[in-house]
Amino acid sequence: MPTLTRKEVDEIAMLARLHLEPDESARMQDDLGKILDHFLALATVETEGVPAMTHAVPMDLRLRSDEPAPSLPASDALRGAPAREGDTFLVPAIINGGDA
Amino acid sequence: MSPPTQWLSATETAAKVASGELTASRIVDHYLARIANIDREIGAYLVVSSDEARRAAQEIDQARAANQPLGPLAGVPIALKDMLVTKGTVTTAGSKILEGWIPPYDGTVVEKLRAAGAIILGKVNCDEFGMGSSTERSAYKKTKNPWDTSRVPGGSSGGSAAAVAAGLCAASLGTDTGGSLRQPAAFCGCVGFKPTYGRVSRWGVVAFASSLDQVGPLTRTVRDAALMLEVIAGVDPRDSTSLDAPVPKYTDALTGDVKGLRVGVPHEYFEGTIDDEVRAAIEKTKQALVERGAILVEISLPNTAHALAAYYIVAPAEASSNLARYDGIRFGKAAAGAKNLYDLYARSRGQGFGPEVKRRIMLGTYALRSGYYAAYYKKAQQIRTLIKRDFDNAFQHVDVILTPTTPTAAFRFNSKASPLEMYLGDVFTLSCNLAGIPGMSVPCGITIDGLPIGVQLLGKPLDEATLLRTGGVIEAVVGLGARRPGGVPA
Repeated sequence: MPTLTRKEVDEIAMLARLHLEPDESARMQDDLGKILDHFLALATVETEGVPAMTHAVPMDLRLRSDEPAPSLPASDALRGAPAREGDTFLVPAIINGGDA
Repeated sequence: MSPPTQWLSATETAAKVASGELTASRIVDHYLARIANIDREIGAYLVVSSDEARRAAQEIDQARAANQPLGPLAGVPIALKDMLVTKGTVTTAGSKILEGWIPPYDGTVVEKLRAAGAIILGKVNCDEFGMGSSTERSAYKKTKNPWDTSRVPGGSSGGSAAAVAAGLCAASLGTDTGGSLRQPAAFCGCVGFKPTYGRVSRWGVVAFASSLDQVGPLTRTVRDAALMLEVIAGVDPRDSTSLDAPVPKYTDALTGDVKGLRVGVPHEYFEGTIDDEVRAAIEKTKQALVERGAILVEISLPNTAHALAAYYIVAPAEASSNLARYDGIRFGKAAAGAKNLYDLYARSRGQGFGPEVKRRIMLGTYALRSGYYAAYYKKAQQIRTLIKRDFDNAFQHVDVILTPTTPTAAFRFNSKASPLEMYLGDVFTLSCNLAGIPGMSVPCGITIDGLPIGVQLLGKPLDEATLLRTGGVIEAVVGLGARRPGGVPA
């Protein structure tokens, strides 16, 4: 599968919502290509029938009791936001706003 | 004669406060003065919370004067890795994207420390979002190794290790996703302890890779690690992955007795390139344990060779998902002049994240995307199962596993030519996180150049006590004793 093309790098950056300058994109192609080449060895490991592990410790996710409790006040939650209006986060328009 | 305040262990510091020999205020003033004098050279702290620390110290002193009961860490000055969320104190995780963010709440471990009487001195440097092995990836500053300031302190908890080693705090808390407590502890001559996955709550910890992250102590002594773990361990209703298991009195584990202890030595960890001095120190440690009645058992962990690739798929995959929250909208920095929502996301993230974080997000996004998932992410998770099985098998025959923590002692700044070369240095510490087992690094010697060497102990799930007991003996027999780093004033 590797090595990566520049087009693939740009597609992945788009999926990751990450703007890369052209020189960053070129460096990324080189770095990721080398790392992925190193990972090719994984394909040789026999894993037929081996379950995939998501968590190391077996655990049954617990449910908490369904009781109302105070949550973070909106004013506190919003304090770190770069742009806000009243009790809401401010974002660029997505309807009729020309979202890409 | 008692050592100077900055070289007292956390345990000794708490005892002196409890007995009235030292006041918390005097201790805090001593540390703040030392930070002001020395930290310009070391670069451990991102934020020093002087006023808050002095206030907390006064409260401890008043409580003692009023004969109120004191917590187990009363008056002990602690530095927190900047991955830990602190109410009212800027928390950045070493990233520009969180520059200036003041959290509205404390993480569970921070709450527990405060409740135990610990005094938060400030926030210490780390690789951005915990992604790195040298603290060179911090967006803010360079942190130097107090044993040799031309070398890195390790990472990602490099600020924690440098602060503990340089006497700029009595102890620290850090996080460990692939070795981020154990490797810097080894490089700086400290004890680094990663508990069993789920032993300590992750609520209020900046997330890197959620199935691997754990909070743990970074301390000057094994007893301090036990004491800190007693305070921070336990189930938390706010973290559904925290384990509902009783918390033992870990300090009771330090019996000094390893008679009959079965110590596994996995041959796979000794086959690659290991520095001769590291190899010799590990041999000496093994012999020291044998002389005290432990039994060495050669074991095999056959999937060790695959751990690095599996880790560098699983961790970036989880990171790419966790770091999606940094979108320029809810907290942190937003790019100016964005044309639309996509542009706001992409430019805020492009400007806010550093090169290593971008690399990991890209790697994770690559591994998770449609059509590639089975070849990378699923394959890596299957290998994770094989690695866990290796440990399960080994622990049927041994009580603890002993390996080097790192292939070399601390390296020089800018000495790793590529990202991959940096990743390869993590080869001994990653498997522990993949398997979710507890691991610790204990100092076990020093190179001719005066650099500390660490030995790694790995244990059965929730058997932190055996690690601490073994580590305590290693510390007593081959540890650094009263030896202090040469790069800072004694």
